[in-house]
Order: sequence, then structure tokens, then C-alpha cells
Amino acid sequence: MAPPSRAAVAKKGTHMADVNRGNRPLSPHLTIYRPQLTSMTSILVRISGNALIVAGLLIVWWFVAAATGPEAFARANAVLTSWFGDLVLFGSVLCLWYHTFGGIRHLIWDSGHMLDVDKSEMAGQIMIIAAVLMTIFTVIVL
Amino acid sequence: MAFLTDRKRAVGMGSAKTGTEHHWQMMVTSVALLVLIPFFVFTFGAILGAPYEEVIAYYQRPFPAVVAILTMLVGWLHFRHGVQTLIEDYVHGLARKVVIIVMICVSYSAAAFAIFAIVRIAL
Repeated sequence: MAPPSRAAVAKKGTHMADVNRGNRPLSPHLTIYRPQLTSMTSILVRISGNALIVAGLLIVWWFVAAATGPEAFARANAVLTSWFGDLVLFGSVLCLWYHTFGGIRHLIWDSGHMLDVDKSEMAGQIMIIAAVLMTIFTVIVL
Repeated sequence: MAFLTDRKRAVGMGSAKTGTEHHWQMMVTSVALLVLIPFFVFTFGAILGAPYEEVIAYYQRPFPAVVAILTMLVGWLHFRHGVQTLIEDYVHGLARKVVIIVMICVSYSAAAFAIFAIVRIAL
């Protein structure tokens, strides 16, 4: 049964305390705010981190296949080094570096630094640039 | 319902008191991964695509093997806590519990399979 509204309870006059639940004003959420660099970079940290499950499971499969034998390894290795594997791993490298720099930003915030608006904005810009540069570096080296 | 006091309604509705531990786990694993991830990317990336015999010989060396074991262990532990936060924000009711339990099992299983495989290759 749904809790009675404040008006209904007040009318009856039998309440011991305010029972206005589920009928309160809500604080503004994502749909209200203009997209900002700080909020967008934060959402992307979440997406990039959780998306790494795909590459993570592919790498686990690759190790298990290598431990199983040459035939199993050939199958897993073919998938990971195919154009599809390359695409997933390239995207995952970008996600990995982006998430890493996002994590560094969190550690800095947790220590009580760079919490001003202008410094937070700057951290967001640095994160994006650093992630792109590290991705390019990784692709060149490997 | 109307005879419940504010306090009685509030009792048991608070936090689970485990948030600090969760946050600390994320901090510890993220700091560890700051070191492990660069090592893993450039050791794993260097051998990916090599023939079977070379891969086996490579992961019989202590450094690439231990980096891979630690990355799989700490990485999946970090994922287990991170994905729980994601689920808690978007999934509600019984489905929330089910999905959290499934993802915890997936995380530990992935770590166990990876570590067993690397140890088997190395030894």
C-alpha cells in the first residue's frame, strides 16, 4: 500500500509524525544541467572502466588457451589478432589510459586538491590530452 | 503506520556502514594498478601475436608472469568493486542483488582462471 500523502494524513489528523514520503521536491539531476567538461569526463570514466570487461575477458581467454595447448592457443590468438581483436584492443587501450588518468584525478580530489571549478576543468582537459597521447604512444611502441 | 514515530521509521534505513571499506579498497587497488597497468600493457602487448612457443617461453620468465598475475588479481578485484557501484546506481530491487552477485562471481572466476593459466604456463 502506498504511503498516504501529507494532505491526506493532515486531514485525518491521526498521524504522530510527518509521513510525506515519495512526494517531496527532487534535487535537479543530469537532465536539468547543461553538459559540462567535469560531468562528461566523469561519466566517461565510469563507461571506460566498465567497458574494460570485454578486453579483460578476452585476455583471460588468451591465457587459459595458452595454458591448454597449441590448438586452443591458435583459436584465441586468431581472434585477438584479427581486425576485430585489434579494434577491441585499440578501443580498450584508449579506455584504459583514460580511466587511469581519471583515477589519478580521483586520487587527487580525495586528497583535497584541485576541487575549484577552474582547476577541475583544467584536470578534465589534461586527462583527455594525456589519454590520447598515451594511446598514440602505445600504438607506436607495440 | 500512523502510530510509528519518526525515529522508529528511520531505524534500519541508514547506510550499511561498509562504504568506507569499499572506498579504501578502490583507492588501494587503483594506486597498485597505476604501477601494474603500464608494466602489463607493455609486457603483454610485446608478446601478443607471437607464436605459441615464444609466448610460453616468455611467460616462464618471472617478471612478465608476476606482472600478469598481479594485474589479473588486482584488476579484477578493482572491477568487482567498480561494477558494484555502477549496478547500485542503475539496477533496483531483486535484480540489483542478482546482478551484483553474478558480477562478483564473474570477477573472481576471471581472476582465478587467468592466474591458474599463468602459473601453469610458468611452472
